[in-house]
Amino acid sequence: METVPLIQVENMKKYYPVKGGIVTHTLGYVKAVDGVSFSINRGEILGLVGESGSGKSTVGRQLVGLEKPTAGTIYYKGKNLSEMKKSEMQDVRTGLQMVFQDPYSSLNPRKHIYEILAQPMLYHNISTKDTVEKDILKILDMVGLSQNVLGRYPHEFSGGQRQRIGIAKALSLNPEFIVCDEPVSALDVSIQAQILNLLKSLQKELNLTLLFVGHGLGAVNYVSDRIAVMYLGKIVEIGDAKEVFNNPVHPYTQALIDAVPVPDPEDADSGRGLLQGDIGSSMEPPSGCRFHTRCPHVKEKCSLDEPKMQEVMTKVGKEHYAACPCVMGK
Amino acid sequence: MKSETNNIDKISTESYFQTVFRRFKRHHLASISLIVLAILCGAAVLAPVIAPYDPDAIVGSFRGAPNKEFLLGTDQIGRDVLSRLLYATRISLLVGVMATLISTVIGVILGLVAGYFGGVADMIIMRFTDMVMSFPYILLVLVAAAIFKPGLWNIILILGFVDWPGIARLVRGNVLSLRETNFIKGNIVAGMPLRHILFSEILPNTIAPILVYATSVLALSMLDEAALSFLGMGVQPPTASLGNMLNGAQSLTVLTDQPWLWIPAGLMIVVLVVAINFVGDALRDALDPNSEMR
Repeated sequence: METVPLIQVENMKKYYPVKGGIVTHTLGYVKAVDGVSFSINRGEILGLVGESGSGKSTVGRQLVGLEKPTAGTIYYKGKNLSEMKKSEMQDVRTGLQMVFQDPYSSLNPRKHIYEILAQPMLYHNISTKDTVEKDILKILDMVGLSQNVLGRYPHEFSGGQRQRIGIAKALSLNPEFIVCDEPVSALDVSIQAQILNLLKSLQKELNLTLLFVGHGLGAVNYVSDRIAVMYLGKIVEIGDAKEVFNNPVHPYTQALIDAVPVPDPEDADSGRGLLQGDIGSSMEPPSGCRFHTRCPHVKEKCSLDEPKMQEVMTKVGKEHYAACPCVMGK
Repeated sequence: MKSETNNIDKISTESYFQTVFRRFKRHHLASISLIVLAILCGAAVLAPVIAPYDPDAIVGSFRGAPNKEFLLGTDQIGRDVLSRLLYATRISLLVGVMATLISTVIGVILGLVAGYFGGVADMIIMRFTDMVMSFPYILLVLVAAAIFKPGLWNIILILGFVDWPGIARLVRGNVLSLRETNFIKGNIVAGMPLRHILFSEILPNTIAPILVYATSVLALSMLDEAALSFLGMGVQPPTASLGNMLNGAQSLTVLTDQPWLWIPAGLMIVVLVVAINFVGDALRDALDPNSEMR
């Protein structure tokens, strides 16, 4: 991997001030993302997992520019996003797109599908008035919708269809990178697989780069080439998807894998270590390893120093890093 | 381009307005109100054509009871009440519509700015709004009417500038919640310009509540005009307005012995206001995109 990664994130932080008191003042900060670094290569799907409140969606929102990181830098094709001028930003704007979690609120209820899809394309001169309909039909075909959806309004569609429209909207601007923010978690289980397959095949077909944010390791493992696991604003384990899924090192990753439902009821509870308790406070995260309050293998040293990312010994050519003070001991 | 839009129309089974109209028709009271309003507005607009007499001309006896010649009788100085009623409705509607238009435009702009940009702009605008709202507005209007000469256009401007806070708050609230929706974020991600987001994405989604609220402002400003004119601070005689027609009927003798001097104008106000409110209620239901799957 000598080439520049498409997306590179260095030490990204996002703190939200918490205000309150009789005289309004800042009481503290919610450290939604607290020092996260990773890179995504061109044509790769990086899965980002973690439970609610781990900061995974926040990472996604910063990558597409919806929010600015409090600290740290995001490089897109080697260029620092936050240092870009307005005109430069306009150029890369369409390259970074997003598919939202809730397909019910991601489409303007007052516009029919043709307007929703055509307006951004026309504005960015991706299509002209004469060709826009043909272009839209091509994209609709790619996401598996027929042309008779064009004149209809969002509320006439099912969740799965809306999510396809959401994907079509992201694709319509010829992006290179798409953040999929839990794109299937609001959908029926039967539809989830369709959408996952669609995303996977589109990614191959168009050589897209995806950040797939999800909270279930099952779905994320299915689509991703690499997986990053987040806990309380930090990445605790990152590496090759198969490697992380089959040989999880960090106890949190192990717990997430144990939480994937098993189809066999006989086998359901055997040897599964399900996590107890809640994710800690992101205003005052636990000292040392942030997971130590819930970790089944907790040792004394866990609460002392913040663990560093360490390479895990694996088969040659497989990338695998984890941040657990006990990694080496295991 | 043309063939394209035709195509879209063909694919779409029913336009938005057709749906709204279909749903509106289910409210019978509102449908009747709409017809009544249409007739009254038509009569008011066509007043110069259908009024039997010049509204300001003295054409008959003083306080003449209704008869064949003067269908609603004549007023204190012998002007035809029916003609005056038609012209008065015209003036009242003009005041109502123009004042509503002014206050809606002001309210929408301030609400959009406050809601979308937030922060300092929001604080300044909303405190100003609270200030205007907390003022006893009849007093404000009376003072304003005393400073600027009372007259038709001054009344319109004064009412327009005191009625906007409600709309500004309504729009701000809507914008605040819309700003956080995914489709607005999607448009930001898609790099759409601010004017597109404000006027093409956010505004159409607040039109329905604005329209509903505007109908009540319309009814209110017509009432306010009547009140002001009744107090002698509104539309000045000899121009007829519903309020100053009532002004002439203040004494007990007129109230008991000459009902044709006040019943037509009073009834007209009641009918207009009630009809407008019914229409507003029905619009609220008809414009809600989620009230029924089509």
